[in-house]
Amino acid sequence: MNILTLVRQVPDAEARVKVSGSAVDLEGATLVIDGMDEYGVEEALRLREGGANIETITALAIGPKRNEDALRTALAMGVDRAIHVETDEKLDAVALSRVVAQIAQAENATLILVGGQEADWDSQALGAATAERLGWPQLTWTNELKIEGESISGRHDVDDGNESFSAPLPAVVTTQQGLNEPRYPTLPNIMKAKRKELRKDTLDTYGAANTVRVVNAEIQTRARMNRVIDGKDPQAAAEQLLDLLRNEAKVLA
Amino acid sequence: MKLIVAEHAGGKLTKATLEMVAAAQNAGGEGPVTLLVLGQNVAAVATEAAQYAEQVLVGDSAALAVYNPEVWAAAAAQIAQEGEASLVLIGGSRSGREYAPRVAVKLDAPYLEDATSLSVNGDTVQAQRYTYLARVTETVEASAPTVIVTVKPGSFAPAAPVAAAGEQYDVELELPAARTQITGRSVEKTSRVALTEADVIVTGGRGVGSPDNFATYVEGLADRIGAGVGATRAVVDAGWRPYAEQVGQTGKTVQPKAYIALGVSGAVQHLSGMGKSKFIVAINKDAEAPIFKVADYGIVGDVNQIVPALIEAAKK
Repeated sequence: MNILTLVRQVPDAEARVKVSGSAVDLEGATLVIDGMDEYGVEEALRLREGGANIETITALAIGPKRNEDALRTALAMGVDRAIHVETDEKLDAVALSRVVAQIAQAENATLILVGGQEADWDSQALGAATAERLGWPQLTWTNELKIEGESISGRHDVDDGNESFSAPLPAVVTTQQGLNEPRYPTLPNIMKAKRKELRKDTLDTYGAANTVRVVNAEIQTRARMNRVIDGKDPQAAAEQLLDLLRNEAKVLA
Repeated sequence: MKLIVAEHAGGKLTKATLEMVAAAQNAGGEGPVTLLVLGQNVAAVATEAAQYAEQVLVGDSAALAVYNPEVWAAAAAQIAQEGEASLVLIGGSRSGREYAPRVAVKLDAPYLEDATSLSVNGDTVQAQRYTYLARVTETVEASAPTVIVTVKPGSFAPAAPVAAAGEQYDVELELPAARTQITGRSVEKTSRVALTEADVIVTGGRGVGSPDNFATYVEGLADRIGAGVGATRAVVDAGWRPYAEQVGQTGKTVQPKAYIALGVSGAVQHLSGMGKSKFIVAINKDAEAPIFKVADYGIVGDVNQIVPALIEAAKK
């Protein structure tokens, strides 16, 4: 079987994000492979190392040039090859799923791994939309995964707890913290990765049209009161805080 | 029609559903506000729903006894299509954001995810949403005969009952068989209020010191003031607390009236999950901790000393 694992290159969580005009501007920001996607790359490698019969693991990125770095990271971690559909067009998740589904079919993938919620667009939609386009089941927020013959099983989080599941392949799985601990690429593997295939592609043939427009972006931080009480006298500090919560903020009875 | 897929638990509509009703009522646009109730033995939920919407569509079926994204998506898409819904609102819960994209693909409709505001003008729907770990607020827009929207819990004041009870109609659904088998289920039971519904949340970080301290101080304070309990990723990774309590990028997003952070340093991934709380309170002995930058009220001091005093003072 073949696994397709999706990656994006996103601003580091600690990086300052700025807005110019009405759009987010990533110029000068530190960019890293999305942590949630990294769990997917790691899981693909572990499934193979665990004995599942996996022919090819392909990392796929759709987006601007910077995504090449995420693909290089995935190659250095150990995936076999990479595909980059390079575009500066900002596609929404539902439009992107059209591209992912077509590539999954062309690559004969039976399992797609994608981050549960990416750190740039804060969306959880790509996995589900791709599954629907392919007519596959989906398992989201997965923190345990096994391949058993023609099916997968594992555990994932749901609204009020978690569930153990089993589902037939092919399927889409979205990944998250707790699934595994992603490895660091070693120097020899980084060197080896340079010789691996990174196929470039364009959006032209996929018929993916954006249906969501971003009309504005703002950094919105609520002005906070920053009233800091000295805790040297715990009793007095506690009473003062309670008084503020009850009588000023009116959030406690 | 403005179609809302009701979320319910324990035979009652959730607060998130009433928030969606308010969002639909106030968004503008035409057509009756319609609640779709899916599940098995949901008569009581449907009756409750009728207090909030002009019409209630009831899909009561054994096939809907257990939630499954493929089945829910099929049901919502079918009703949206038959009712020519201009707007389909789905909860911004984990399950809602899981099946809503499938509805969008089925109907070839645009999808606005996790909206915190909503307005309809003709066939254009505009919403705001957070991006970049909730550091940016984007305004997004889509124009189409049908637009699918998930609504972020806590973003709208819950609707009040409307004067006259709405009409209830049973609907016939053509549902696919669920392919995913649920082989086990662990519901994280808590006697406390659910994190995403809580008005007040007390969260503990590594600064609390130990699992025992967490129980004494974080749970102790939460129980004293009737709050939900949250935890940081570090605390969950260390195995002190279950993942269900984790607040942040990889955990739950919460927006309570008051968020009380005990021994929490305030990493950006944590802030992305709680930064929209109305009031933020930080208690930490490190005066330089980033959490103080986003706090309304803070105490620089030791959790072990301040919290017992706080629990004591709260009794008065």
